[in-house]
Amino acid sequence: MTGPQPAPGRPGAPPTGDVGGGPTAYPDGARRADGLGEPAAGGGPDSSGPLQRTSETFLGMPSFQTAARAALANTQQRRNLAHATATIRAKRAAVVAEVDAWEELRVAGAEAKDEALHHLPDYLEQLEDNLTARGATVHWARDAEEANAIVVGLVRDRDAEEVVKVKSMATQEIELNEALEAAGIHAWETDLAELIVQLGHDRPSHILVPAIHRNRAEIREIFLREMGDVGRPAPADLSDEPARLAEAARLHLREKFMRARVAVSGANFAIAETGTLVVVESEGNGRMCLTLPETLISVVGVEKVLPTFADLGTMLQLLPRSSTGERMNPYTSMWTGVHDGDGPQDVHVVLVDNGRSHVLSDPVGRDALRCIRCSACLNVCPVYERAGGHAYGSVYPGPIGAVLNPQLRGTASDVDKSLPYASSLCGACFEACPVRIDIPSLLVHLRTQVVDEASGRSPEALGMKAAAWTFGDHRRLEAAQRAATLGGRLLGDRTVRNVPGLGAWAQARDVPTPPRETFRQWWRRTHRDEDREDT
Amino acid sequence: MTTGPTVALFATCFNDTMWPEAPRATVLLLERLGCRVVFPREQTCCGQMFTNTGYADEATPLVRRYADVFGPYDYVVAPSGSCVGSVREQHAALARRAGDTALEAAAEASAARTYELSEFLVDVLGVTDVGAYFPHRVTYHPTCHSLRMLHVGDKPLQLLRQVRGIDLVELPSAAECCGFGGTFAVKNADTSIAMGADKARHVRETGAEVVVAGDNSCLAHIGGILDRQRSGVRTLHLAQILASTEEVPA
Repeated sequence: MTGPQPAPGRPGAPPTGDVGGGPTAYPDGARRADGLGEPAAGGGPDSSGPLQRTSETFLGMPSFQTAARAALANTQQRRNLAHATATIRAKRAAVVAEVDAWEELRVAGAEAKDEALHHLPDYLEQLEDNLTARGATVHWARDAEEANAIVVGLVRDRDAEEVVKVKSMATQEIELNEALEAAGIHAWETDLAELIVQLGHDRPSHILVPAIHRNRAEIREIFLREMGDVGRPAPADLSDEPARLAEAARLHLREKFMRARVAVSGANFAIAETGTLVVVESEGNGRMCLTLPETLISVVGVEKVLPTFADLGTMLQLLPRSSTGERMNPYTSMWTGVHDGDGPQDVHVVLVDNGRSHVLSDPVGRDALRCIRCSACLNVCPVYERAGGHAYGSVYPGPIGAVLNPQLRGTASDVDKSLPYASSLCGACFEACPVRIDIPSLLVHLRTQVVDEASGRSPEALGMKAAAWTFGDHRRLEAAQRAATLGGRLLGDRTVRNVPGLGAWAQARDVPTPPRETFRQWWRRTHRDEDREDT
Repeated sequence: MTTGPTVALFATCFNDTMWPEAPRATVLLLERLGCRVVFPREQTCCGQMFTNTGYADEATPLVRRYADVFGPYDYVVAPSGSCVGSVREQHAALARRAGDTALEAAAEASAARTYELSEFLVDVLGVTDVGAYFPHRVTYHPTCHSLRMLHVGDKPLQLLRQVRGIDLVELPSAAECCGFGGTFAVKNADTSIAMGADKARHVRETGAEVVVAGDNSCLAHIGGILDRQRSGVRTLHLAQILASTEEVPA
């Protein structure tokens, strides 16, 4: 522990935002996977970790429903998303089908992450010890503000005015770029899609493919308009051919790679056993950032830790197939502290909590921390495909965002309250998840929390109570059915296009007419003599 | 003639109240196949709407009622993949949440004896040709809970392929959710309709006269859109096609 900051988030130091009270804080025996959680008094999230503060960009976001309505009207975006997700779905399905032992791999992946999460303080300390022993400096950050202050401090101390960045969800989450810009430091995204988003003054809408909502014609316009303001301009005769667009990005970025003295990355995995950090990427921009500058600062969520190097073997079989639909990704970079005369000589790792301890304290919800950010669940999700990533009000969109954000940030805001309901519970996400996160069950678990936190006097809650009373006894149900069939007889075969209170249903769907006779009325008429139960 | 097992029909509240044709067809079909069908009158609802909307406390008494009503039977059959999914995947968990270990055991026991219709026909009775006749162009939509919770696989298709006269055509992107999703259909109506509109488009692309599924909840959503579009495509529950004969067509 030798960084410039104090160690507020260090394990074993409660109550300052630690990741658990000690090695036995999260015993395996407490795990449950049914998604329904404990009653409020018996479990569920407690106050053992602070919530993540909603970052500036997403403050005051409307509910998912409201944001999705606007996004659905964007026909260009819907076409882009439908095309892109269908392509990547097909690729993933093909390469996953090749692996005979896929299910065993998924189980092994889930077990490796669970082992790490259930003994997180131990593995984090082991990671810190190994990193320190190999010449890296470890910093602990309780929240986004602390993490940003650490990185800004490190860059300033080195008199650098710019950093090159490897694509990183953790730095998106803490809004590091904004913090660096505020400190007068330029942060250059070097992943192609992140570059498109950054140049377009846009927000990422996908974990793996942040510019998935853009097509190549839009990208060409962004490059032509924006590149010149921040570096080498795009060639005036730029076409929208993918190869020409990639060439323009390569030339633009090359200057920044050659000049930068500091790089900022995240990490896909951090191996406790060896102190090795791993970045998995496709373009080679990451390799440039991880090897050329003198200083490398990696911002890593505490849940990224893996117990052993052997676990990485499992993960590297699961991640590329689930993520890009490739058997193996083009570039996998690993570094273990500092190597004399080879690569960055000034290596820092910032371990960030930012709400993760809070998630970890829920024995059901913490399964979401297994996530390796592959985005398979986004690509198979019919809701994500239509609503797009921005409607989720976070850098984590899609099914995993719908379970992660309300746990990291709590359910006080409009968007976080709505996210557990942003799913038809179709189950495609669970089926695709390489680490077996039962997202539908987690969504149901979180819905129960949202309801429990509400007053219980909403029209919905009153309606549910009334319906539950009706279903509580078959005679009450039969009485209610007599009213429905009376309505059915009055309506006859007329088509119902609207019913008061059912406007949301009826805007594009006809309303079914109640039948003249319920099933049980028919049964009594046709079977009463032969069935003793029906007397 | 009763030569087969006694089957307790779980009609499900939605079918019982809104779509009685499906449980009626289930009764006729099972009786035709030699089963003795009983309908325990005390049954109401599996509680899924409450569970999936976040009202676990309201769902728990319905778990108890289900276990009490259906506990005595070796075979419980329901014409709904979704309701059977709730019984199998959620009932014991709700009991556990309520801290009721006796109910948890009872819920697990009754869940193990509860079958979705196509499972019961193929796995228990061992039939795929149920003697049905339905001379129409039909496309099959596999509902999410039957597909990904119950893993019924192609059992409904095995049954449909044996129907005489049927022209069974494949539905494009069949495994994709139709967008119903229980209260999702009204809470996220815009997204639900966008999904349903794509499903309806795929149905119409097949040129089918009828879209068939194992859940009337999904069919109410898909059919509501198809009707609004005046597409002329009918929705039918799987049980209705399997019960259909030359003498009594669906």
